[in-house]
Amino acid sequence: MSTSHALIAIFLMALVTYIPRVLPITIFQKKIESSFIQSFLKYVPYAVLSALTIPDIIYSTNNYITAGIGTVVALTLAYFEKNLVVVASGAILSVYVASFFL
Amino acid sequence: MNAIYTKRVQFQYGFKRGLPITIGYLPVSFAFGLTAVKAGMHPLLAILMSLTNLTSAGQFAGASLINEGAAYLEITLTTFVINIRYMLMSLSLSQKLDRSVTFPERLIFSFGITDETFAVAASEEQDLTYHYMIGLIIGPIAGWTFGTMLGALICSALPEALSNALGIALYGMFLAIIIPPCKHSVHILYVILSSCLLSCIFKYAPLLNKISAGFRVILVTLIICSLAAYLFPIPELTENQQERSE
Repeated sequence: MSTSHALIAIFLMALVTYIPRVLPITIFQKKIESSFIQSFLKYVPYAVLSALTIPDIIYSTNNYITAGIGTVVALTLAYFEKNLVVVASGAILSVYVASFFL
Repeated sequence: MNAIYTKRVQFQYGFKRGLPITIGYLPVSFAFGLTAVKAGMHPLLAILMSLTNLTSAGQFAGASLINEGAAYLEITLTTFVINIRYMLMSLSLSQKLDRSVTFPERLIFSFGITDETFAVAASEEQDLTYHYMIGLIIGPIAGWTFGTMLGALICSALPEALSNALGIALYGMFLAIIIPPCKHSVHILYVILSSCLLSCIFKYAPLLNKISAGFRVILVTLIICSLAAYLFPIPELTENQQERSE
């Protein structure tokens, strides 16, 4: 890996990360009337984040068992509506502690 | 009330709403900085990537490809596919923006649309203003960059058990966003459960498992959200829109 290769790659990545963010919000300046599209968009974040999380979360700690424990802890904290910080830290901590018993 | 005062209040409110994201980004970006530098990237490059990309899954994938010396085309395509989901979020936010938001303002704040800032902005009751959006994204940008810096610099000093444990941070954050709303809406619960199921099918079923992670997320989203919008259209939404336009 050379520095210039990495620099160019980072620039290209920044570009293709910005484009999907900027295009729709600058193109669609008016409200979309279709209730189908409105409902569709309402459900988007839940489908995206679910598909990003499952099943990948189970491979996230290099150990299926600690990852499973972390998942259960995160799910429980999230169910009781703890905020982002508590859920993420709780998951990390439980994985860390569990790794000493396995 | 004068306009400057309102703008400041909007900015402050946005900043407050972004604070949990800012702090939540620290462990995740820390994990990113750590992973990238461990795999051979220069700390400054890892920090630059976080500052200019501001994205989780795309950066993890992109950094490992860069460290393998992959071709530009592969790096760019992979990152793009993972990030196409932002189009759906950006489109969704375009429908929630206050009329006062101008074209240049859209160019600026759209840089800060992430899974988390989107989730928070989408859950606001009122229409979104430019100053609210800037307030919302400024903390997370700082937190994401600062966390990467810490991870990149402390990298070698961290025990392996802790760096492994940090890997789950990203997903903990995602769960914190999607689980609470599904207690109040059985339709959202259906969307989450069916997305998880379909995602597993794409991941493990023969042939389907050839599909890259980025495309998997897009396909799951298109299929499940179309079905959900058809089966459970959201009537309240239409009423709100009508009230707004009156």
